[in-house]
Amino acid sequence: MTVKTYLPPRFVVERDPERCIKCEVCINQCSFDTHYYDWDDDEVQSRSGNCVGCHRCVVFCPTGALNIKKSPLDYRDNYNWRPEVIEDIIKQAESGGMLLTGMGNDKAHRIYWDHLVLNASQVTNPSIDPLREPMELTTYLGRKPDQVVIDSSCSLETVLAPQVRLDVPVMFAAMSYGAVSINVHESLARAATEMGTMWNTGEGGLHPTLYKYGKNTIVQVASGRFGVHAEYLGAGGIVEIKIGQGAKPGIGGHLPGEKVSAEVSSTRMIPMGTDALSPAPQHDIYSIEDLSQLIYALKEATLYEKPISVKIAAVHNAAAIASGMVRAGADIIVLDGIRGATGAAPKVIRDNVGIPIEMALAAVDTRLRQEGIRNRASVVVSGGIRNSADVAKAIALGADAVYIGTAALIALGCTVCQQCHTGKCAWGICTTDLSLTKRVNPDIGARRLANLLRGWSLEIKDMLGGLGVNALESLRGNRLHLRGVGLTDTELNILGVRAAGD
Amino acid sequence: MKHLDRVQNPHGDDKVIDACSIFGMMDVSGKRFSGEDITRAIANMHDRGNGLGGGFAVYGVYPDMADAYAFHIMYMSRQGQSETEDFLKDRFDVIRDEDVLTRATPRIVNPPLVRRYFLKVGQHRPAEQSDDDYVVDRVMHINTCIQDTFVFSSGKDMAVFKGVGYPEEISEYFCLEQYEGYLWTAHGRFPTNTPGWWGGAHPFSILDWTVVHNGEISSYGTNRRYLEQFGYHCTMQTDTEVVAYAVDLLVRKHRLPVEVATTVMAAPLWSDIERSPDGEQKLLLTLRQVYGSLLLNGPFTIIIAHNGEMIGLTDRIRLRPLTVGTKGDVLYLSSEEAAIRLICPGLESAWIPMGGEPVIGMVGMPAPTCETLATVMRK
Repeated sequence: MTVKTYLPPRFVVERDPERCIKCEVCINQCSFDTHYYDWDDDEVQSRSGNCVGCHRCVVFCPTGALNIKKSPLDYRDNYNWRPEVIEDIIKQAESGGMLLTGMGNDKAHRIYWDHLVLNASQVTNPSIDPLREPMELTTYLGRKPDQVVIDSSCSLETVLAPQVRLDVPVMFAAMSYGAVSINVHESLARAATEMGTMWNTGEGGLHPTLYKYGKNTIVQVASGRFGVHAEYLGAGGIVEIKIGQGAKPGIGGHLPGEKVSAEVSSTRMIPMGTDALSPAPQHDIYSIEDLSQLIYALKEATLYEKPISVKIAAVHNAAAIASGMVRAGADIIVLDGIRGATGAAPKVIRDNVGIPIEMALAAVDTRLRQEGIRNRASVVVSGGIRNSADVAKAIALGADAVYIGTAALIALGCTVCQQCHTGKCAWGICTTDLSLTKRVNPDIGARRLANLLRGWSLEIKDMLGGLGVNALESLRGNRLHLRGVGLTDTELNILGVRAAGD
Repeated sequence: MKHLDRVQNPHGDDKVIDACSIFGMMDVSGKRFSGEDITRAIANMHDRGNGLGGGFAVYGVYPDMADAYAFHIMYMSRQGQSETEDFLKDRFDVIRDEDVLTRATPRIVNPPLVRRYFLKVGQHRPAEQSDDDYVVDRVMHINTCIQDTFVFSSGKDMAVFKGVGYPEEISEYFCLEQYEGYLWTAHGRFPTNTPGWWGGAHPFSILDWTVVHNGEISSYGTNRRYLEQFGYHCTMQTDTEVVAYAVDLLVRKHRLPVEVATTVMAAPLWSDIERSPDGEQKLLLTLRQVYGSLLLNGPFTIIIAHNGEMIGLTDRIRLRPLTVGTKGDVLYLSSEEAAIRLICPGLESAWIPMGGEPVIGMVGMPAPTCETLATVMRK
């Protein structure tokens, strides 16, 4: 029995009949079956109820005949029973299941980046013009010793743990092959190589054609251990253990069998068409000492030549956990905040579990410094980093570098329509449907991603110059260059930032 | 813990913002001379200060007490003095204590009491701590925990004299023409707020290290938080303080040669490191990777001194002035060349070092020459 859905359309498709030439591009571009050709009337029509608001048809309509608007259909005003709340209940009443969603938390949790402002030099020290003076963004990730030891003849005794160089402190976050397409992986890998940064395989292994970008690749080891083998570990520049993810702290992953194509199957080392289930915990890590064993197992497997990174979702006691991770041997720790995105997660988890990355970062950096172990690991943050200002503010709060996931996908065409979990991404990003994945051309994708990082680099250099410094390390942890606007004393205190005007 | 920053800096700024004149002179043969010349030289740069801070450091000044820590302590109340003196008697062998000689001058108003103590650590320190570390901890305690009290200097055979006023007035007040040393540094200050606090004047000192500084260290927040990990508390919220602590950490605790420490504080560009010769490259790379948080960024010239050595250094893009002069065994460092020529008309050579290039004078070694610069120019 098909149940009649009570869900009203979210969007209204407007088509200008004067402009529409019935070319059917919109029909072909929409993977959600919104547009159709009506033979009787010889017209192209739309089913607004199917529209997800991804703009694919609008961008590709050759005559500009289309526009998408939010449906003006109103409910009676009710702050408690908002449209989203009502419609979630309708969906569950009709499906009887968990609500799934994609991308990051879209709720109005306070975005602290927007309440932090940067400083600039006036009179007492000169700002530095990055067009005329060197301006350095180079960052090295990896464990640093407490001190450098030099022998009596002035030669170096200290042997550093492995370090990975970033020319720009922005890396591409973990997005697995299977969740995203091979073309997305190739775009990320090539852009990272061109810009001197790192991209991350995510938990689905590394396709053989991408091994040549290994130096700029972070290979991830997650609870499902998909595609993890000696050659894979050896291929990367950094090995990352994934404990958790900001979009879904505490739960595992589920790649539906439909997305496990032949190529995905061979890369992940699982049978074609089977669901790829990542367990919620790593079943060999039930405590901190187990993490240490895995860290050192990976160090052994990679001959102590690569930093080992450990990624967690930012949760309430992130600071204490981070301290344990550093002491367990992690060379890099990654904190993924509540706005971190995903290819698929239960909506209730995505929207309600975890803490904002700004708070987690400030707390972790402060704690590691209090314990005198901040130098022993690099700190990378992710989860909602939107622009170069967020990057600069994250560095000033204490991060060594950031990951971007959603921002990178937007560079490739994503419009954050939150349909990743459907596997029908009309932009060909979060899908393995070959008719869709070809929409991302790695030549163009790599260029768009590299352009984004280039633009951000220029902006970060401008901000540094304005602050009167010419190296990123002089902003790192320099919270005096931040001020808070509209924050409570408690928030300022946790952020370690003073109020504007103070 | 008292908030010295609030005492000194009622406006609650991050740090005291100032521009300044600085001067240093040393006789590398170790010959001692009085404070008269340096007073004339720093007075010649009167306009670079605004009368809100002046100070001097002198080395080789107490040869008969050279093995005792010479504490110069400023008191703003009797209570601070009695509490501190009890503390010192408790923690040290006090060899001698006396008021520091002063003369009444019209321009110095409401001066604090400044007293001198010659101290030995003796049996007081715990076995696992060195004498120097013990002294540093006690100085930190006095500066942060005892009201109305501040330690000007705490090194052996050296002294810091400083206060609110033009440097020449401070020199007159403390009768510096009556002291002799082989190395003097001086500072005239132009703070842009109104601290009116004697402890905030330069030089800043810990043990026998002193720093005079012209500039603003924009990386202050980064530097300070790094140093906090090693137990240094920047109580005065001045960027100069981080220089003193950075040097102490790098040279005394981490045992790096001073030249190496200067390549941490004014680190070469990554691109310069890549171009440097193989052996040097690895050292420079490692230093910057490990000590990136001690890179001093922003405009500065500093003169760092300790027993037997004086170092001049600018930031790596040289946003503040430094001129070097030499005549025979005497090395001069100054914000302005004119100040050197005033006291040394027959100056043999004068040059401006490259940004980030240290100029180092050491007792028993020949005075530096401008060859370094010439070598760079030839390239």
